Amino acid sequence: MVTFNLNGQTVEVDVADDTPLLWVLRDTLHLTGTKFGCGLGLCGACTVHVDGLAQPACQIPVSTADGTVITTIEGLSSDGSSNVQAAWVAEQVPQCGYCQSGQIMAAAALLASNADPSDAAIDVAMSGNICRCGTYASIKRAIHRAAAMNAGVISTDGSAGRDR
Amino acid sequence: MSEPAKSRLSRRTFVKITGLAGTGLVLGVGYKVVSGPGAPPSDAAFAPNPFLRIDTDGSITVIVGKAEMGQGIATSLPMLVAEELEVPFERVAFEFAPAHPAYGVAMGMQVTGGSTSTVETWESMREAGATAREMLRVAAAAEWGVTAQEVVMRDAQAHHPDGATLDYGALAAAAAAVAVPKDVPLKDASQFRIIGLPQNRLDVPQKTTGAAVFGLDAGPPDARIAVIARSPVFGGRLRSFDPAAALAVPGVHSVVELSNGVAVVADGYWPAQKGRSALVIDWDEGVASTLNDAEVTRRFAEAIREGGGVAGEHGDVDAASVSAGEAITATYALPYLAHATMEPMNCTALVEDGRCTVWVGTQFQNGPSALGGGARQVAAKAAGVDADDTVVHSTFLGGGFGRRAEKDFVQEAAELAGLLDGPVKVIWSREDDMQHDFYRPASLHELSAVLDDAGMPAVWRHDMAGQSILTRLLPGWIPGFVRDRTVMKNGVDPTSAEGASNQPYHVPHFRMTAAMVDLPIPVGFWRSVGHSSTAFVVESFIDELADAAGRDPYTYRRELLGDHPRHLAVLNAVAEAAAWGSDVPEGRARGIAVAESFGSYVAQVAEVSVEDGRPRIHKVWCAIDCGVVVNPAIVRAQMESGIIFGLTAALYGRVNIEAGRAVQSNFHDYQMLRMNEAPDIHVVLAPSGDGPGGAGEPGVPPIAPAVTNALFALTGERIRTLPIALG
Repeated sequence: MVTFNLNGQTVEVDVADDTPLLWVLRDTLHLTGTKFGCGLGLCGACTVHVDGLAQPACQIPVSTADGTVITTIEGLSSDGSSNVQAAWVAEQVPQCGYCQSGQIMAAAALLASNADPSDAAIDVAMSGNICRCGTYASIKRAIHRAAAMNAGVISTDGSAGRDR
Repeated sequence: MSEPAKSRLSRRTFVKITGLAGTGLVLGVGYKVVSGPGAPPSDAAFAPNPFLRIDTDGSITVIVGKAEMGQGIATSLPMLVAEELEVPFERVAFEFAPAHPAYGVAMGMQVTGGSTSTVETWESMREAGATAREMLRVAAAAEWGVTAQEVVMRDAQAHHPDGATLDYGALAAAAAAVAVPKDVPLKDASQFRIIGLPQNRLDVPQKTTGAAVFGLDAGPPDARIAVIARSPVFGGRLRSFDPAAALAVPGVHSVVELSNGVAVVADGYWPAQKGRSALVIDWDEGVASTLNDAEVTRRFAEAIREGGGVAGEHGDVDAASVSAGEAITATYALPYLAHATMEPMNCTALVEDGRCTVWVGTQFQNGPSALGGGARQVAAKAAGVDADDTVVHSTFLGGGFGRRAEKDFVQEAAELAGLLDGPVKVIWSREDDMQHDFYRPASLHELSAVLDDAGMPAVWRHDMAGQSILTRLLPGWIPGFVRDRTVMKNGVDPTSAEGASNQPYHVPHFRMTAAMVDLPIPVGFWRSVGHSSTAFVVESFIDELADAAGRDPYTYRRELLGDHPRHLAVLNAVAEAAAWGSDVPEGRARGIAVAESFGSYVAQVAEVSVEDGRPRIHKVWCAIDCGVVVNPAIVRAQMESGIIFGLTAALYGRVNIEAGRAVQSNFHDYQMLRMNEAPDIHVVLAPSGDGPGGAGEPGVPPIAPAVTNALFALTGERIRTLPIALG
């Protein structure tokens, strides 16, 4: 039996110790916002926060999650209104959208540790996350926007798609 | 933007759907079958397959029969409807349609591919909105006792001359009783208030919260999870297997023999994977087991020597070659490529009580069985039930790129579900996905040209060899002589030669041939299909000719594109945007390329350097003429997307064949471009106002040659094989 805090609630799961957290989330707890991309920690689609750090959930045996605090995309905000998510909407980032849960979780962790990241810092933090649709430029803009929203520099209303 | 030319699609007849629960106004297009066989049971309340639903509560829903795989069609189609319906775009919601012929074009083919969605629906979706608006207008006029001409439709309301208003929701029930008008005129483009302006995508909010449902997330939560062991060698077959060790894995439910391998069914993906690893399988590897890259190349070279079918020809190449001067020759080679959608293949199916239900993200929901069918027909056959008793629930696609136009992942899931009690979800690992793909065909190209005294090409010969995609897809009942005179004219797969057989540069004597080589490697449609290869070849070769002539690569192209104004316009637009010819930062150089594909014209300039022996792409300028622009934000996004996709292939993309199997298996050896390598991209929209072209694919073809031409300008080294390897 493994116990951890998931999105603010204590959960207990009874699965094989070596089961990756990703599949506990998806198959056992039916939280499907965290995506499966590669199974080797190479693509970032399954990025979640473990004790506040962005981690690929496919590389975390559930036994090592015992006692940790885990946040998934479903727990980032109750209604998608966090500044990172609002910035993602404002910049109209997603295309197919499959990688975006992981992208958003990686971005949120970055902004938690670096309130105003440079382009170079964003490159370093985000290059573990593949987007096959190539939304990288939009992601970068959204991270800068979220940083500005966090700082109160721009409003948080996630205004409509501008003609870039 | 001017009103585009009429597309080749004829106007459709709208069918009003009557007798529906909840009343309201529902409009379908084309099919007159309102119920009974063919109508999906889950759709009964809205049957038969309406494109538009206005409910009495005022909600407006556009039913999207196309697959949303990132290209934005679930936003673009509702925009077309909303424009003519006269409703604010924020008021419109969308739903995915079920698999049904009513959502198809010809023969009920419900396919999303070839960048055709906007082309196909540009008129029909606007007509759906306009027809509904007129019915609502008639209903309002009757309510008020005025003529319809006196009623103004605006902002989801009918407006009385005296200022009174009625909401569409209040009119929906009455409108449903109005006769369906025919040939309602469409707005002139100058009147557009939604089309042509950047609208927010309707699918973005749910794609930022984890709520968007992809195939991997769909279906009953209690579905068992299965993984399938497939022959590691292409075309191999199962000889025997021992399930004992797999069945001993806790959580494994059963081990099932399928027509394409052995399925391990479990409580979750992890035990299923462990079970599969424990399986002992004896494969009959078959004839492909000795196939490797060298053999493929040898077969291609041999086929070129033996001569292929003529794919395009004008002038007299043979006669001209005799009298002409020294030929410039070049050989280009392109590799097999995997699609590597971020969401690996998967499909969920349930077979019970003679019915089959499928949850899947597919580019091919429905099609005539005589042509192999779509997901619905394939699932029905595999499950042993009637297609009329089969329902396909479409989900978001975590990338498609042509891979999800295949049906292998649907077939195996339905077959497995037919052998089990309860629902089952088949999940492919990344390794499964990469090693059991239908690859972009590899190809070999030999070109030669002779320049005239002015340095312009007088003769252009292009002989290619590659694998045909269509040969596998054409049904066997089509006689060979019919096939060879129609789709496969002269034995040439047009999806191999496209872009090369009709290369746009003025050459008096031109011939392009293609030899189709039969190999056991599965090949399929890959974003931009043949253009992904031929644009590299044609745009590299014209660059070589420009260099041989001592000419600037932009102005050389420009002079040879006099007969192709749309090519020329985007070429000029991108040159202007990039300030071609201006100073480039030290250590960098630029290359240019232009290509038409799927009815759209795209030119790109890449600015590159070499860092640590690797190409670095700093900037890309892109000009596109897709005829009309429905949503400029989406067209820009698709250009960026195509450029990143094409750069990934140019820099990294290669699937090697060794011992009859794909070598690459995951993102460590099949790399993707990442954020730290992504260039700054500047997109110029240059719509000509001609009929709509595609946007999903045309951004891909020019980028590889733009980059390799830039590398040539920088280093003097001509890259003729992809992926790029310097020095």
